[in-house]
Formats: sequence, structure tokens, C-alpha cells
Amino acid sequence: MARKSFRQAVNEAISQEMARDPRVIVMGEDIAGGMGAPGEDDAWGGPLGVTKGLMPQFGRERVLDTPITESGFIGAAAGAALTGLRPIADLMFVDFMGVCFDQIFNQAAKFKYMFGGKARTPLVIRTMYGAGFRAASQHSQCLYPLFTHVPGLKVVIPSSPYEAKGLMIAAIRDDDPVIFFEHKMLYDVEDEVPDEPYTLPFGEANLTREGEDLTIVALGRMVTLANEAADRLGGQGISCTVIDPRTTSPLDIETILEEVRATGRLVVVDEASPRCNMATDISAQVAERAFEALRAPIRMVSPPHTPVPFSPALEDLYVPDVEKIIQAARTAMAAGGRKAA
Amino acid sequence: MQLSREDLLRAYRSMCTIRQFEERVHAEFATGDIPGFVHLYAGEEASAVGVCMNLGARDSIASTHRGHGHCIAKGCDVAGMMAEIYGRKSGLCAGKGGSMHIADLDLGMLGANGIVGGGAPLACGAALTAKTLKTGAVAVAFGGDGASNQGTTAEAMNLASVWRLPVVFVLEDNGYAESTASAWSIGGDPLVRAEGFGIPGVRVDGHDFFAVHDAARDAIARARDGGGPSFLHLKLARYFGHFEGDGMTYRAADEVAKLRAERDCLTLFRRRVEEARLLDPAALDAVEAEVAALIEDATRGAKAAPMPAPADLLTDVYVSY
Ligand SMILES: Cc1ncc(C[n+]2csc(CCOP(=O)(O)OP(=O)(O)O)c2C)c(N)n1
Ligand SMILES: [Mg+2]
Repeated sequence: MARKSFRQAVNEAISQEMARDPRVIVMGEDIAGGMGAPGEDDAWGGPLGVTKGLMPQFGRERVLDTPITESGFIGAAAGAALTGLRPIADLMFVDFMGVCFDQIFNQAAKFKYMFGGKARTPLVIRTMYGAGFRAASQHSQCLYPLFTHVPGLKVVIPSSPYEAKGLMIAAIRDDDPVIFFEHKMLYDVEDEVPDEPYTLPFGEANLTREGEDLTIVALGRMVTLANEAADRLGGQGISCTVIDPRTTSPLDIETILEEVRATGRLVVVDEASPRCNMATDISAQVAERAFEALRAPIRMVSPPHTPVPFSPALEDLYVPDVEKIIQAARTAMAAGGRKAA
Repeated sequence: MQLSREDLLRAYRSMCTIRQFEERVHAEFATGDIPGFVHLYAGEEASAVGVCMNLGARDSIASTHRGHGHCIAKGCDVAGMMAEIYGRKSGLCAGKGGSMHIADLDLGMLGANGIVGGGAPLACGAALTAKTLKTGAVAVAFGGDGASNQGTTAEAMNLASVWRLPVVFVLEDNGYAESTASAWSIGGDPLVRAEGFGIPGVRVDGHDFFAVHDAARDAIARARDGGGPSFLHLKLARYFGHFEGDGMTYRAADEVAKLRAERDCLTLFRRRVEEARLLDPAALDAVEAEVAALIEDATRGAKAAPMPAPADLLTDVYVSY
């Protein structure tokens, strides 16, 4: 199997689906680039080069650069999805959802239900999220909890190149609107990725580590950190299960409950702002449905409730790291009673 | 042109400060010391300075992601700006904002903006404050050709028109939004768009400080006199990439070199004032040297300044957890 970056994995998934299905189109700002300019066509392939090469392969009719009008083109993608295309629209940074959210949460998300089940909206919105890039308050947020909150949307948060390819292909083939979150710090991460197309299921969590003492749930980029924390804790005699839910909507709460029942202890790692994020949501569901299995209070590892700061000195403190996960795991292990035999 | 010798020197100093600041940030960014996204304004100085020369401290401007020039033209402290770009505690926003969010509310600089099209409604708000409190102040919304296509820009212009706000919309059309040509992305003519909202507009050579200055002077005077909003479409160019690190392959190979040689706003300014014998070359050279020292100090100071302290992470937000 070939090693590919997260960037290549996403690109390959889109390219293979475009080749398979002529209804799949891609649109976004500088998604190819060089539109109307005297120099190179396909000059950008998106600001971080993820869609580079698609335009030469499929032409400008299927790889559409847009003016800077998110409300317009994301809405147009929703309308196109409703009428027979399968658009992949690029909301460059998820922070820009503020400009176009109506078209997503009042329009695309609700068609199927509001129209009595008659509508299909096979729309994928790709978007970059996450801190660590020194990109400051308006280019570093996670915001996936806001999308998870909206019934009718599916929310995908791949944690690795392998996951990204399989989940992207599944997203494109899905008949509901899917928001596909790409962490900007993951693009250069490499992994074994099969050349042929494959899908990974929505709503089915992936166990990246299996252990007995503690369950860690982590999302997106945090999965790597949770794995590292689990490995280090393993060396210290604490054996951890790490769950990557893959999608927050649908959320595979059953697997999480099962693992919590097995270990009795839970740490949830979520890079999103701490109020009403995935950590609070998962914790609440566990508290409601598996309270009796908990041997210690649930620990949540999230950033402080502040905008993402610019200064590297502050941003490095802001983002959850391996140390903080280990600390939370130790606290969870120290509290509460021993596991019944 | 009725600018005094002092005004001309002030204009040249401000434009030189922007140019040298941006050239320095460009050089320092290449060393890897400056974090994050940085969008440079070099080449567009005549716009920021030509407009802001007509404003006072009580007047407001809303800026863009390419905001360093607007900041300097509105009087922001250059050392504080450089420190901000380096993420230092002594930065104008205490290191929390960075290049894309420099602001100085005391000077009416309402902030650079990471959201394209984010500024125009804010400028309307500042104009509403001025109108409601009868302060006599005006607001200017700077925005790019890319921003001119955002719904927020259209909504702000209509609002300004129906509320007759003392606001001037300045479209800095530098030919590109990222790699996309404005000749492609703007459907129709921006002047006709403005006219559609009932807003008078003019197209101006944005390389020509004097043309910008005079057009802005008229628009700002109209706003101050209760005449409502105006629109300026400035045609200009940026010298560096969209952001630092952009290879600019979408531009013609000789495009920037030609612009620098033939249409540079600083060169044009110098030629004009020297030919008209308004300022002598020695005075202009002295300004350049003075600015060079200022930028050197600002850069050294920024590099030596301490980073924010850990506790700063949790301040300036209404609630901490
Ligand atoms: C709402 C939103 N969409 C997209 C972007 C990404 N972006 C940043 S600058 C830019 C181009 C802006 O072009 P223009 O308005 O012409 O300003 P210029 O960069 O030329 O000064 C884009 C697309 C953004 N920051 N905000
Ligand atoms: Mg532009």
C-alpha cells in the first residue's frame, strides 16, 4: 500500500468519485485558481493545494472557481444538490460559516424533513478547522458542534489520511448534506492509503487502541494525541481504549457506552470550545445512560472558553496536548473505586 | 492640489512607512520568525494614505486582512504593530490578534479583518454612531475587489443609502482576490452597482496619490455635510503575493516588475512634487532615512519583546472556565 498525505487522500477520493459519477462537481474560491488571470491556470488548487490537479483532469465545467460569495455559492450547491447534481462545495475555513450559515442550516439541512421526505440533498461541504496554525481568532475555530446541533446535517471529522479517503467517498455517495471537516494541521500527515476507492461507515466508531482501565474518546486531530497519550499511559500500567467516533452526526454512542461499561472511566478530548461541545454532549449521554458503570467522574479535555489567540505562546497553551490528556487520565484513575471483579 | 509642504511631507512619510514596513515584514517572514498568515499592502500605499489624510482621529475606518497600510495611514504606532505581528505582549492587541486583527480604537482604526466583506457593515455602524450622536465624524470602509462581491458589502451599501449614513466605501481593486482576477469575478461595473444603490461613485487611478486624495476629500466632505454615502473605485496593484508564501504563478511573469518600474505610487509622488518644485529631493531622502530608522527600531524592539504570559490566555473574555 502506498503512503499518502491527508491532502492526497482527500484529493484522490474526490478525483475517483468525479471519474465514477459525472454528477459530482467541485466548487469554491480558488479551488482551481487563476480564473481570468494572465498566468498559470489551476494556480492554487485551494489555499493549501488540496484540490490541485482536479481542474486539468475534469475541466472548468466541473471544477468551478467562485467569486467570494459563500452565501451565494454554498446556497447554489444546495440547490444543485436538490435538483440532480452531487456538489462538493469548499467553505475554505469553517470560520466563514458565519457568512453563509442560513443556506446550510435553514435550507440544505431541512429539505428532506420539511418536504415530507421527498427531497434528496447530496451535498458535501468541505471545510478546514482547528488551531495550531498561528492563524488567529477568525481562522482557527472548530465549530463542528454547531453543525452537529442541527438535525439533518451529517458531520464527518476524519482523523487520518486512511480515514479521510474512505469517509470522503462515503460523504460524496451519501444522499444527505455532509459537512466534512479537515484539520489544517493534518494535511501533511502520511499514512497507508489504498489506491482503490473504498468507503468507511458513518455512525460507526473506530477503536484505535483497546484497553481495560480507561476509555478515551477523541475527535479529528485529537485522535493522534489520544493515541500517543494511551501509549505512554500503557507504559505506566494504565491500559486505555481510544475511540474515534469518525462522525459526530450520526454519533455512535452505543460503542462509547459499551466501552465505558467495560472500563468504568471516561476521558473525552475535544478541540472545540468547551461549552456545548462534543465533550459535553458525549459526557451527558454517558451520564444519562451508563451512570452506574462510572467509577470516577468523567474528565473533559478541551481548550479554555476563549477565542483562539494569535501569539504562539498563547496558542500552544490553548490547544489540548498529550500532557493534558495524560493528566486527565491520571485524575480519572485516581478517583473513585476499584473495578469490580 | 492644495496640500501644504507639511501635508506633502506627511503623506510621503506615511507612504514610505507603509512601504518599508511591508518590505521588512516580507524579509523577516522569509526567515521563518513571523508566525501565521501575513498579507502585505506594498504597492497600494496611495490608497490608504490618500484617503486617511482627509480623516481625523474621531473618524473611523474599517479595514481588511491586508490591513497594515490602513493602520499606518490612520496613525497606528509602528512599533506596536510590528510587535503584534510577532505575537508579543507589547503588540497593539497584546499579541492576541496578529497581523489580521490589528486595531487601535482610540485612533478610529476599527480593526483589520479576517473575514472578507466583514468591514463594510461595521463602518456603517460607526457612521450611525456619528449620525446619532451628531459628532460630525465620518466612517470609511476599505474593501477589496473580492470583498465587493460579498453580500455584506451590498447590504451595507444599501443600508448606508437608505439611512443616508456619513460613510465612504473605498473599493481597492488590486486586480486579484487570492489568485482570481477581478476582471473575471466582478460581474458588471462596480460604479453601476453603487449607482444602483443611489450612491455616487468615481473611478480613480489608485497609483496616483493626488487623484485618490482629491476624490476622497470630496467624498468625505459630502459625508460630513450630511450628503450621505459615496463610493470610490480605486484601480491599483499589490506587489507581493496574496499572502506571504504565495508563488503568484497566476500573474504574468513581468507583471510586478513592470508595475514597480512604471506605476509605483511613491515614485510617481516624488516625480510630481520634485517637478513642481514643491519638495526638494533632499527633504524626501531625509524622510526615507528617518523612516528606515523607525522600522529598524520597531523590528528590533519587536524581536526583543517578551511573549504574553500564560495568564494572558484567560483575560479579555467575559467568562473563563
Ligand atoms: C468570508 C471569507 N471568505 C474567504 C476568505 C479567504 N480570503 C482571504 S483574503 C481573500 C481574497 C480577498 O480579495 P480582495 O477582497 O480582493 O482583497 P485583496 O486580498 O486583494 O486585498 C480570500 C478569498 C476570507 N478570509 N473570508
Ligand atoms: Mg483584491
